[in-house]
Amino acid sequence: MAASGTESGQGLRMIAPPLLYAVLMLAIPLLTILTFSFIRDGYQIVIWELTLENYRAVWADQIFRALMLRSLGVAMLVTLATVVLAFPVAYFLSFVVAPRRKAMWIFLITIPFWTSYLIRVFLWKVILGYNGVINSGLKSLGLIEQPLSFLLYNTGSIVVTLAHAYAPFAILPIYVALERIDRSLLEAGRDLGESRAMTFWRVTLPLAMPGVLAAVLIVFIPTMGDYVTPTLIGGGKIPMVANLIQAQMLDIDNKPLGSAIAVTAMLIVTLLAALFLLLNRRFLRVRT
Amino acid sequence: MRGGGLRAYALLYLLFLYAPILLLPVFAFNSGTIVAFPLNEFTTQWFSQLWGNTTLRRALVNSLTIAVSAAVLATVLGMFAARASTRYRFPGQGAALGLIMLPLVLPEIIVGVSLLVVLLAVGVELSVLTVIIGHTLICTPYSVAILTTAFSSLDQSLEEAAQDLGESRWNAFRLVILPLVMPGIMSSLLMSFTISLDEFIIAFFLAGNEPTLPTYIFSQLRFPKAIPMIMALGTVLVAASILLLALAEYFRRRGAARTGQTNSGGFP
Repeated sequence: MAASGTESGQGLRMIAPPLLYAVLMLAIPLLTILTFSFIRDGYQIVIWELTLENYRAVWADQIFRALMLRSLGVAMLVTLATVVLAFPVAYFLSFVVAPRRKAMWIFLITIPFWTSYLIRVFLWKVILGYNGVINSGLKSLGLIEQPLSFLLYNTGSIVVTLAHAYAPFAILPIYVALERIDRSLLEAGRDLGESRAMTFWRVTLPLAMPGVLAAVLIVFIPTMGDYVTPTLIGGGKIPMVANLIQAQMLDIDNKPLGSAIAVTAMLIVTLLAALFLLLNRRFLRVRT
Repeated sequence: MRGGGLRAYALLYLLFLYAPILLLPVFAFNSGTIVAFPLNEFTTQWFSQLWGNTTLRRALVNSLTIAVSAAVLATVLGMFAARASTRYRFPGQGAALGLIMLPLVLPEIIVGVSLLVVLLAVGVELSVLTVIIGHTLICTPYSVAILTTAFSSLDQSLEEAAQDLGESRWNAFRLVILPLVMPGIMSSLLMSFTISLDEFIIAFFLAGNEPTLPTYIFSQLRFPKAIPMIMALGTVLVAASILLLALAEYFRRRGAARTGQTNSGGFP
């Protein structure tokens, strides 16, 4: 290499192994499903003929549109619930907890996140189920005669489960952003006669926005693609887009159509994320 | 006390976070075959059932093989990337790191599906190895993040001093840098190991007929009879991951102490 002795040459050689791995195992596979989505399915074999048929099939399909809208709706609800519930905790961690106890609090918050995701999700079924913890508890207290059947197998139960599963993802980025706020700015706000609430609204919240933004994206993107929760908590009655991808790829074995669904879903998520970032930038500009 | 309302809220939130996990041992030691209240008698039969289960043992061996391999591979790749991002400046650096970190913001099902399509097209048979490939991919960003923190807190003059005193570049790295980032390496290994051990959807797509712990658990959740045993398995897994996390936290704190930082929970 011509630049081998220089710093950039050394840097390039240093990054080569992980970069090569990411290109081979991530970039090429992603490009492959993009290509697959444009070719015709020949049942077990692939016919090398470019076509838009898969996308036409995806968009004309009412089931796909319904599932896509439902996935978007559920992911947005989950994101809203998770971030709104998490913000006060992050605020508490950053502004109330004594510095030497912060590490312990963060440790406490992250422990549940590292325990088996599948079992955690399943336990919500145990809690919310027909013979579950809530129902049997209420029954033994004599508050209800018959178990409440509206607790499980619906969108609400999916939202609760996912908001639980992604809680640390929301708390940590907001906490980091709050930690970075120069405390003297808040004092300045107060000294200049702003109330505590107005200082929060005009100083703390805008400065915490990068963290909130990160939290929204970190929660929204994986929940869109979640497979386990709709399967277990939705009882198969409320499939989301991941279930559709799985069915096309494995059960029905129509890889071009499955690829088209995956690419479409990815595109929609990317567009929404970009739109969200753009709107947020404008929102921040208006306020400052 | 300052922030009394917030503190109460935070404690309630912790209860919400821990509620499902606290239920695990309750049902794991309960003799009832249905997972519901009221409880029956105390029993350890579900744990002995675990011990005698050969499919589970196979799934455990597979999962451990995958998790150890993915952790080592991701940490090695992560060291290269972290070193490249903290020590050097070169054209295309942002794009290269962006691609390496991309799995963080990609739904895992997309990673699994796209790898599956390519592996099948190339004619690779699905096995434990293919799961290792997928898990290394999703663990590497976490390794990079942890190791970047470890590398960036280093004083570059230490390495230069070693080189000025006549050590080769490799020796300077081995003798000066490596011991200082060792705690970061340990916590990266543990973190990747934990992620891989718990990962379901990629294993579901890429494991073929080989069971891993999560895919085995998923297959058993359909059978009401198997649930108490799964609760026992969950209890064991929770205990194991708390142990691993405590270890990771110990190494992180030691690393922070060694490079002279104050301990703020990993967020400078």
